[in-house]
Amino acid sequence: MYGGFWQKVADLDRRWIYLVIGLATFIPVLTYIRVPVSITSEVSAVYDKLDSLPRGTVVMVPMEFGPSTMAELQPMATAVLRHCFSRDLKVISTALQIEGVILVEQVLRETAMEYSKNYGVDYVFLGYKPSPDMVILNMGENFRNSFPRDYYGIELDSLSMMNGISNYSNTACIVNINATSGVDYWINYANGRYGADLALGVTAVIATDYYAFLHSGQIFGLMGGLKGAAEYERLIGRPRDIANRAMTSVSVAHVFIILFIIIGNAAFFANRRKDRS
Amino acid sequence: MRREVPLTIVFICGAFMAFQYFVPHYASATVYEYALNWTTIISIFTLAVGIGSLVNLHSDRIARRKPTWRYSIVTLAALAFMTILGVSSPDALSNPTGLFMKVYFYILSPVQATMFALLAFFIASAAYRAFRAKTLLATLLLLSAVIVMLGRVWVGDMLTGWLPEGLRFSYVANYILDFPNTAAKQAIYIGVGLGVAGTTLKIILGIERTWLGGGK
Amino acid sequence: MTVAAFLTLCIFSFLYRDNPFYTFAEHLIVGISAGYWVAILYHTSLTDLWIEPLVASVRDFGNPGGSMIARGGMIVVNIMPGLIGLLMFSRFFKKTSWISRWPIAFYLGVSAGVALPLFLQSFVIRQVAANMINPVGVARNMAADLTVLVNYGNSTLLFWQGLGQIIIVLGCICGLAYFYFSAEHKGILGGAAKIGIWILMIGFGATFGYTVMARISLLIGRFNFLMDWIAAIGDYFKV
Repeated sequence: MYGGFWQKVADLDRRWIYLVIGLATFIPVLTYIRVPVSITSEVSAVYDKLDSLPRGTVVMVPMEFGPSTMAELQPMATAVLRHCFSRDLKVISTALQIEGVILVEQVLRETAMEYSKNYGVDYVFLGYKPSPDMVILNMGENFRNSFPRDYYGIELDSLSMMNGISNYSNTACIVNINATSGVDYWINYANGRYGADLALGVTAVIATDYYAFLHSGQIFGLMGGLKGAAEYERLIGRPRDIANRAMTSVSVAHVFIILFIIIGNAAFFANRRKDRS
Repeated sequence: MRREVPLTIVFICGAFMAFQYFVPHYASATVYEYALNWTTIISIFTLAVGIGSLVNLHSDRIARRKPTWRYSIVTLAALAFMTILGVSSPDALSNPTGLFMKVYFYILSPVQATMFALLAFFIASAAYRAFRAKTLLATLLLLSAVIVMLGRVWVGDMLTGWLPEGLRFSYVANYILDFPNTAAKQAIYIGVGLGVAGTTLKIILGIERTWLGGGK
Repeated sequence: MTVAAFLTLCIFSFLYRDNPFYTFAEHLIVGISAGYWVAILYHTSLTDLWIEPLVASVRDFGNPGGSMIARGGMIVVNIMPGLIGLLMFSRFFKKTSWISRWPIAFYLGVSAGVALPLFLQSFVIRQVAANMINPVGVARNMAADLTVLVNYGNSTLLFWQGLGQIIIVLGCICGLAYFYFSAEHKGILGGAAKIGIWILMIGFGATFGYTVMARISLLIGRFNFLMDWIAAIGDYFKV
């Protein structure tokens, strides 16, 4: 009977697991319970850098995410842009991932509207060009090489913000919000070749890979996934925004995943002991 | 001719771009910028070839009445509709009330997002069925995963808040990420960097020829 | 919004089992994505980078002033990448598919050439340079922290930070030893490789923990959308 119970546990239909994890994630979405979010040094480094820049400084916030990763990176991008616009920093943005061009344009436009920012004066959206490695290299020489016109078809030279801005050396830093493997191109080319100050905001799947570059000083900050977005929202004084609200669901789901691991292992060892005896 | 010309092109382009890094002269920089631009333009046609292959594949399925041929009609119709809609309107990408944007936000975006959201269920199922602490290495992996998962959310500190700071889940999770994880990823990146250098040299020198494909 | 919610539920239906709704949504998105790509490439790239500069250089050719050779040269420079790119379409015809190797060769050569020095610099040299720690300084900090702990019962955790620096250096060397397959993993190399795989497993565990968070985040995003849709329906029927 003992062996039969653990065998049943081990052979549980996966659809029950789907149901449990679905409920564990969905129910906290219905209620908002504020949970503590600890701030890590790698996220506060990004905040401190942007916060220390004089008003009117030009920064680059290239955003390379699409619908498949917007749940993690859109809150992060919105928080960073809100910080930039609230500090009157001027933002140049690109969207080098084709799936997310329209999404990035919407995020930039709507966040700029919140702060009554004017296009061409306070922010510029360069848009998309294929082959991100070539584009990143070309922008290091001159933005106009890859982007003679911006996303809306306006010549860059006719935008007042782009006067005197030719390449990365005219920007204070780059905060790259990226869901693709193109992060490596920003590190190797923008920082490696042109020495641009670079911070990354990446999905949690690849976030752990970039601690090595944080350690070596090739990037000055790193925001990883929804937790990184939640931390940045706290730092800019918006603890009720979407990433923070989602942390309750993340916490509950993590507990359930760990319970699944424990139960699965318990069933495995119980059945193995029964087989050996 | 069919293999020698491409190998020569690779060698000339590769060698020039590699040496250009060390030559900041104006003439070399000008050729470098043109090379980058040309490569970007060529990649546009490469992406177009991918779309052409998709059309070929689904047309073939319809012509041969393969099992899912009716769904291929849906694919081709959707492709034609979106292409005509996007290319014919000059403000397709900047008009938030246009049909092109509506299709993006109400069809493309939710379906793509949901496809990736399914992975949450699959990872839960994999955690239940496949993650077994059978060996020391698997146990190390699982322990590290559990500490990081708990340490990154408030549950970790709720469970270990009574311990000294250095033993709480949040501190230990940060420690794992800052030190052993960094060491592991450094080793991987150094290996990758040496591998990339070796492979690119082999491609430039024509030793690596798999990219030429089969045939003469 | 209802269309979006319907398609979201079509995809979620795959969790129960494969069904025509899921297959329909899957094929629809493939077609819509491909058409979207064509539109984006046309509006943002093809006209901006190739057609407009080419038209401008042809127009300039007719203008008086300047060297005719220079103006003719600009037309050649602007038309060449497009012609090379068009050679890619030869892939669709068996007899001429070998011509598509030329644009591939150009792309590959340029990419490989720029990658070679920069990947070495960023992935190898900078990473190795970061491990050039000052062992005397690290040891001094660790000793100071231990002294504070012994004398006062408090720790500033500097000892653990110092130990972490040593873990990074030794862990990186041991990890590289694990990946060195040209010699048998025996003796010192074997011992280093064993420690290396432990370090790698801890790193992969951290990655797995973060991956779980990533996947759950995507699911939360979808649930938030479904809640907004339900709320919108509620508002609609209230009015």
